[in-house]
Amino acid sequence: MLVELDSLAQVEALHGALLVADLPDVVELVPAATTVLIAVRPGSDGLAQARAVVEAADLSHPPDRTPRRVRLPISYDGPDLELVAETAGLSVDEVVALHSGAEYTVAFCGFAPGFGYLVGLPEPLQQARLENPRTKVPAGSVGIAGEFTGAYPRSSPGGWRLIGSTTAILFDAKRSDPALLAPGDHVRFEVAG
Amino acid sequence: MSRSLTVLRTGPQALIQDLGRPGNAHLGVPPSGALDVPALTLANRLVGNPESAAGIEALLGRIQLRANGSCTVAVTGPTVPVSVNDHLADSHAPVHLHEGDVLGLGAPVGGLRCYIAVSGGIDVPPQLSSRATDILSGIGPDPLRADDVLPLGEPRDLPVGVDVLSPSKAPDQLVVPVLLGPREDWFDDPAGQLAAGRWTVSQQSNRVGLRLDGDALGRAAAFASRELPSEGVVTGSVQVPANGRPVLFLADHPVTGGYPVIGVVTAETLPLLAQARPGTPVRLHPLR
Repeated sequence: MLVELDSLAQVEALHGALLVADLPDVVELVPAATTVLIAVRPGSDGLAQARAVVEAADLSHPPDRTPRRVRLPISYDGPDLELVAETAGLSVDEVVALHSGAEYTVAFCGFAPGFGYLVGLPEPLQQARLENPRTKVPAGSVGIAGEFTGAYPRSSPGGWRLIGSTTAILFDAKRSDPALLAPGDHVRFEVAG
Repeated sequence: MSRSLTVLRTGPQALIQDLGRPGNAHLGVPPSGALDVPALTLANRLVGNPESAAGIEALLGRIQLRANGSCTVAVTGPTVPVSVNDHLADSHAPVHLHEGDVLGLGAPVGGLRCYIAVSGGIDVPPQLSSRATDILSGIGPDPLRADDVLPLGEPRDLPVGVDVLSPSKAPDQLVVPVLLGPREDWFDDPAGQLAAGRWTVSQQSNRVGLRLDGDALGRAAAFASRELPSEGVVTGSVQVPANGRPVLFLADHPVTGGYPVIGVVTAETLPLLAQARPGTPVRLHPLR
């Protein structure tokens, strides 16, 4: 079942309600920009149970949950930092202060294991993607695109404007908790000393 | 010494697979796991393993393995010549190997993917609770190569006796039932276009998706240049990229996609998709 919603806030509210409900027959619960995908065990009545939670959910408020808080060390050394500052009409120091001063929420993950789309980006930093995407973005690069900021878990192609880099290992399949970021987590970037 | 297998050679691709790691899509992790699940679970039952034990998925067969210690193996999937030390052996039946015996597979007759289960299962370290190799995200063990040594777990139950089991079907023509949605409204007369379309399995197909060559599905005028914000997709989703030629997502599919999904293949059909060779004619049969 794919539930379509009007905003990220509604996605967060419904995703939260489904997490709280913790339905045993739900196999996958995948929030995205304007949807929540609910996949259930074949042959179970998980779909009916999920439908009941969806219909009862209060989309105007996410349920009270204590989010995980994650701090990502960052060096503001990205190749697009000056482009971002110029586009925003700010100094580089002001961009750094804005980006490291905000608290972000992981709206959803995708693109690659451990890649979190973080919302809460200050408005001057909400900028377009690069006209020409890079064929190779190094692992740990921190970028911005539209309303999102995020860090690349591994080297990959990418079109986000890169403002910095983190030494955090965002995904390691050998760890007991492989992904550093999961939907709903609160994230801050801390300038590495 | 603990039991193991040594890979002497492989065909075009040989991977460790089990039932995969569903439940991690929200972290960006594909489900992965055997494409022809009934073939893997059958092989495991034949050697006395739990159905979830890890075995080998050998694309187009042609793999050779040496037993370092006594073990029982079973080869399933399409009909395929099996040998032990160059003597013919049975597929779809438990086969005992002594230390030093060499199991060999020829090329399957029709079909694509052969499965080999070994008593005790292949016991490489799991990642996210699965030993499956995910070719999209690189999670799990590397593809097998000559000289790899695969540790085996402790056998639990005895191999089962069987009479005759039928190999996986490799149809000459695929007729794939497709439940319409969630984005069928992005297409003009979606059911009509699906029913009328003629496709063949593309050479570009892999564990991520079965790509189809042939007719392009046309979007409804209102959606002609619309962009879809990425959304979650499931195994079996029929995604229609910009060129209009459908892709049927298999176990290593990306967890989200930015192209509309016109319908979803029924679960029973997935094992057939696993065995469909490039060039196989494909019809899509829309269901409401």
